[in-house]
Amino acid sequence: MAIDAEWTMTPSAAELPPAREAGAEGSPWGRRLLIGAVLAWFAILVLVPGLALARRALDGGLGPMLAALDRPEVYRAFALSLGLAAVATILNTIFGVALALVLVRQRFRGRALLDGVVDMPFAISPIIAGLMLVVLYGPDSVIGGWLEERGIQVVYALPGMVLATMFVTVPFVTRELVPVLRELGEEYEQAAHTLGAGRWRTFWSVTLPSIRWGVAYGVTLTIGRCLGEFGAVLVVSGNIIGRTQTATLYIADGVESFHPEGAYAASLVLAAISFCLLVGMDLIRRRLDRGK
Amino acid sequence: MTTAIGSSGNSTQRRVDHYNNGNSRGSRPAPLVSRGEETGVGIEVRGLSKRYGSFQAVKDVSFEVAAGQLVALLGPSGSGKSTILRTIAGLETADSGSVLLTGEDATSLPVQRRGVGFVFQHYALFRHMTVRDNIGFGLKIRKEPRAEIRRRVDELLDLIQLSGYADRYPTQLSGGQRQRVALARALAPRPKVLLLDEPFGALDAKVRDELRMWLRKLHDEVHVTSLFVTHDQREAFEVSDQIVVLADGRVQQIGPPQALYERPVNPFVARFLGSINVLPLNSLKTGSTGRGPATWFETPPTPEAQAYVRPHDLDVFPTRNGKPYWPARVERITPLGGLVRLDLRIDDANQIQIEVPHDQSIGVGFLPGDEVYVTPRHLNIFDRDRSTFQPVDVNRAITQSWQAGGGI
Repeated sequence: MAIDAEWTMTPSAAELPPAREAGAEGSPWGRRLLIGAVLAWFAILVLVPGLALARRALDGGLGPMLAALDRPEVYRAFALSLGLAAVATILNTIFGVALALVLVRQRFRGRALLDGVVDMPFAISPIIAGLMLVVLYGPDSVIGGWLEERGIQVVYALPGMVLATMFVTVPFVTRELVPVLRELGEEYEQAAHTLGAGRWRTFWSVTLPSIRWGVAYGVTLTIGRCLGEFGAVLVVSGNIIGRTQTATLYIADGVESFHPEGAYAASLVLAAISFCLLVGMDLIRRRLDRGK
Repeated sequence: MTTAIGSSGNSTQRRVDHYNNGNSRGSRPAPLVSRGEETGVGIEVRGLSKRYGSFQAVKDVSFEVAAGQLVALLGPSGSGKSTILRTIAGLETADSGSVLLTGEDATSLPVQRRGVGFVFQHYALFRHMTVRDNIGFGLKIRKEPRAEIRRRVDELLDLIQLSGYADRYPTQLSGGQRQRVALARALAPRPKVLLLDEPFGALDAKVRDELRMWLRKLHDEVHVTSLFVTHDQREAFEVSDQIVVLADGRVQQIGPPQALYERPVNPFVARFLGSINVLPLNSLKTGSTGRGPATWFETPPTPEAQAYVRPHDLDVFPTRNGKPYWPARVERITPLGGLVRLDLRIDDANQIQIEVPHDQSIGVGFLPGDEVYVTPRHLNIFDRDRSTFQPVDVNRAITQSWQAGGGI
């Protein structure tokens, strides 16, 4: 059956068929040189800096590193980052699934425009996104002033940070699901309709199970991006230690000022989480490629 | 226009009395009517029209399907057949017209409440569910008790001969098995009507043939009013009680398969069902027995009249034998297993194709380039001015015109 999802994401280079059989051009030495050069380049760019960070963080052994992390502001920063990621991911997943369904299944005026605008957060620098929110909700703005009178602070507080995180991660779930839904087609849903299932029932028992791995992939990407978000949150949060300081803000602070050990340790933890997400994503994608 | 297709009352019309050539399909008995409701109308479509942008897909289509029958919607791609089927199911809405299911107006009912079973060309089985869960889905939606669902699913698995496959997933089944599961799933909630959209289109030829015969047998057991869409005239012939021929969004003709084949009402139907030769009638030379085609009718055909003649209704001889004939030259001889096809040329503008049984052609020994004489047994004369077809049994016509005074 040819309905198995085909992915828009770039396949890993290792899965691509070799462009040409060996021997057709270039000597084996030429090929070895090419492979060696690529590996060296990758090592210089990614692997060596990563190892350098790990070595620095673990300079005095595991004990001092854990000690550097064992501070209330570190706990708060990580808790805030995880909390932001959780809220933004949940909201963006619900919204992203709905948006993908609307983009693929509905026909309306302005659909093409919406399709293009969805990607805007990818193109806009996060700092600019943060600035947009400050301009809109800041204490000097109409909306910000109105909200402040009612005791609701958006900018330099949690709501603004949630908004900023959501802003930069809006497209992930939708972008993953649009091709999946398109490939899936409407027949499964129509089959459920003819069997008596209403829209809601069809969504839960047919549509969602069919796209679950696509959703999972989008969610993983979103979490990763949320945890790593820096620019937009920096502008919106005000970086108040213990209150609006996220893990990435804590690291930036630490590097600039007084406790680099904490920054190294926190960086390593964040990098480890990212690595776990990466492994998880790879597993999910294998499920996706198998189509079941 | 509303054209009734054979309710059980006129099933004798299936035997085409005019010149039944003895094909057993023409006399297959109508399916046994077991329940009272099956004497009524299963599906009725009235004045259906549908437009996509500037393309008029369906134009004022009306027809009925008698309860308990298996009817084919046959037409080339773009003829509107799938649109009609999907409109009956409620998956699409028509611009105008109405749909009645077992006598009740279903035009404004949502698809969920129409009580139709629908089978898709690509099966549309839920891939994350086992065969059992797929078949039981419609019953679960209806909140049937679990034991009842189990019983009904087992019964259907038995019917589709896949009893041992309840716990498999669709990806573990072959195409033919998947389509049988899709059929069982559609039948499980006991739909009022069963709609099948090119149900065998995605299968390879051999499986398709088997599944066709199987569907016919199944329908003889289950008797649910069924309408299926196909572009394959052989499929429509093998399976259905009645055929609705569509082209350009309009109904061309409705009737039992053999009747459409032998008595087409217009050139489209004549050409679409099987292959047919179309030749100017005045190119047919009068033989020595009887008088020419002009004397076969009370009102003689116009000079532009055309003869429609099937490849298997022609005989070919090395010499003239007194009957009306076309002189022709053999261009190509193609053995087709049991048949041999001869491509002949009459003149620059006209070719003719003949199929003769292989065993008859053995002794003939024609070669390309040979001059031969082609004699029709049956003709359909199309009068363009009156836009009517007039079937002719040539032998009978000769005898009659002879009796009426035509000399040798």
